[in-house]
Amino acid sequence: MFLALRELRFARGRFTLMGIVIALISVLVVMLSGLSSGLVNDGVSGLKSMPATAFAFDEGTMTDNAFSRSVVDDEQLAVWQDAEGVAEAEPMGVNIVNGVTDDDTQIDLTLFGVEPAGFLTPQVSSGDGLGAVGGIVVSEPLRDAGISVGTVITLDRLDVELTVVGFTQGQATFGHVDVAYLPIDTWRLIVAGQSQPGAPTQEQVDALDFAYSSVVALKAADGAEIDFEAVDADAGTTTMTLTEAFNASPGYEAETLTLSMIQVFLYVICALVVGAFFTVWTIQRTHDIAVLRAVGASSRYLLRDSLAQAAILLIGFTAIGVAAGVGMGALMPDAMPFDLEFEPIAVASVLTIVLGLIGAAVAVVRITRVDPARALGGQR
Amino acid sequence: MNDFDVAPALEVTDAVLELGDGDSRVRALDSVSLTVMPGEFVAIVGPSGSGKSSLLAIAGALGQPDSGTVKVHGTDLGSLSRRARTRFRLHNIGFVFQSGNLLPALTAADQLRLAGRLAGNRRVDAEALLASVDMAHRAGHRPSELSGGERQRVGIARALVNSPSLLLVDEPTAALDRRRSHEVVQLLADKAHSAGVAVVMVTHDRDVLEHCDQVVEMVDGRLGVPALVS
Repeated sequence: MFLALRELRFARGRFTLMGIVIALISVLVVMLSGLSSGLVNDGVSGLKSMPATAFAFDEGTMTDNAFSRSVVDDEQLAVWQDAEGVAEAEPMGVNIVNGVTDDDTQIDLTLFGVEPAGFLTPQVSSGDGLGAVGGIVVSEPLRDAGISVGTVITLDRLDVELTVVGFTQGQATFGHVDVAYLPIDTWRLIVAGQSQPGAPTQEQVDALDFAYSSVVALKAADGAEIDFEAVDADAGTTTMTLTEAFNASPGYEAETLTLSMIQVFLYVICALVVGAFFTVWTIQRTHDIAVLRAVGASSRYLLRDSLAQAAILLIGFTAIGVAAGVGMGALMPDAMPFDLEFEPIAVASVLTIVLGLIGAAVAVVRITRVDPARALGGQR
Repeated sequence: MNDFDVAPALEVTDAVLELGDGDSRVRALDSVSLTVMPGEFVAIVGPSGSGKSSLLAIAGALGQPDSGTVKVHGTDLGSLSRRARTRFRLHNIGFVFQSGNLLPALTAADQLRLAGRLAGNRRVDAEALLASVDMAHRAGHRPSELSGGERQRVGIARALVNSPSLLLVDEPTAALDRRRSHEVVQLLADKAHSAGVAVVMVTHDRDVLEHCDQVVEMVDGRLGVPALVS
């Protein structure tokens, strides 16, 4: 690195310009990473926080919006409850509703109907857990919308009144809409269209004859492998693992694919830009390289030195870009789904550096083809 | 000085080298033979295109002749692999290039330190070596801050860092005025005689030949009769 460091200092103007480009790419990578994480969390944080292994949808349900399209019955549920390797199988209801709070604030909610004492019941950060027929546990960030324990939310058209009894631990959203957990029987009452205006009552629930839900949520026994294909055939269902089920959230796949594609383009651009810079830089110093080779520098030494130079440039300015990106991310408006998470940013930064190094490596390989005899004579 | 005292420092025998392709193919070296003993300072003079640089290239293991042999202190360069030639060059042959050919990013002292590091020597006493060519006071200056003569002096010091037994010098006075030309060539002669280093210098400049022990003329790829030293 003896030569690499001195050249960096000597040609600091050129390297700084190149570094600024790398830093700007890194800022964009961080912003896209933050947006990706934000959109993922905004789209499926409700699912991500669930301790489920997989979800069984009605057979043949189209993947997109599958949670709201699928309808499964108690017979399908029973098959899964008896299946080998399944520790727990519970009905889960999903649908998105509009409502208004008692102070006339309009609000959208994704209703997650779950068994109150089941494995899907959310942990609460404050208030009570799920249990009361008309009680809902809502996503923590709804506090910022003025919701508190005791707030009554009236569902549009149905005039069903649900009372907030607690908040989840952290954000719980589905399809960019905050989740409200409620007992599966109350969810069935609402979806079956047999609810009455006002707060749901136990009598209404007891009188309901509606043995359907959206999906069957599954939890595998410790160390067990479930034969999804065989049980699906018996139950007439199509199973998706928890991660696969993210794609069943409205718009999830389209959003994440779009951002992933932009990120891939950025990585390619980074490799090309760094490669182009080091190509020009190597061509500019061809005569110096010929002199070094003539005095006995090995190709390995020169390649190692040049790659070290590229690595210093990439690591230094990627770090600056990431720091700037994180700083800018902190200024993002609340309305924008933007979450800075260590892992995706670290992965994106490493990819930027590695692909930049590959671009530089392709460029500096030409060092090995420089004829040391070019050092002789007066031409430069 | 290395352990080669009895053998000639450089022994070129019947070297033939052709360059170019097809109609543009020319014989750059035509049965060239040359022997230089340790401590001897030999000048090769001749017009442009006469093959001087080609001779320097094969003598310095930068290229290989199509036929004939090149030995440096008994080692046949043709028997070495490319990597071995590079290593041999690093430890046994020093180059002084036209205009110094110093690396623009490095100070005078760093030029010497880099040459040492290439050979695995991280403790080069750059200041002492620069002092030996009267350049200690310019140790911290980059090539752009040095005059042509100063650059050549640094280039000579760099070539001597790894104590080579053969010094190949390419047109060292091309960009220098008469006084500085004499100073630089005198310095080379001093190094040759004091350190026992064999020096082969190619040059157009006949004014500096008085410092050389032997002068040979090169025309159309052939080494001719010794030219008169003025």
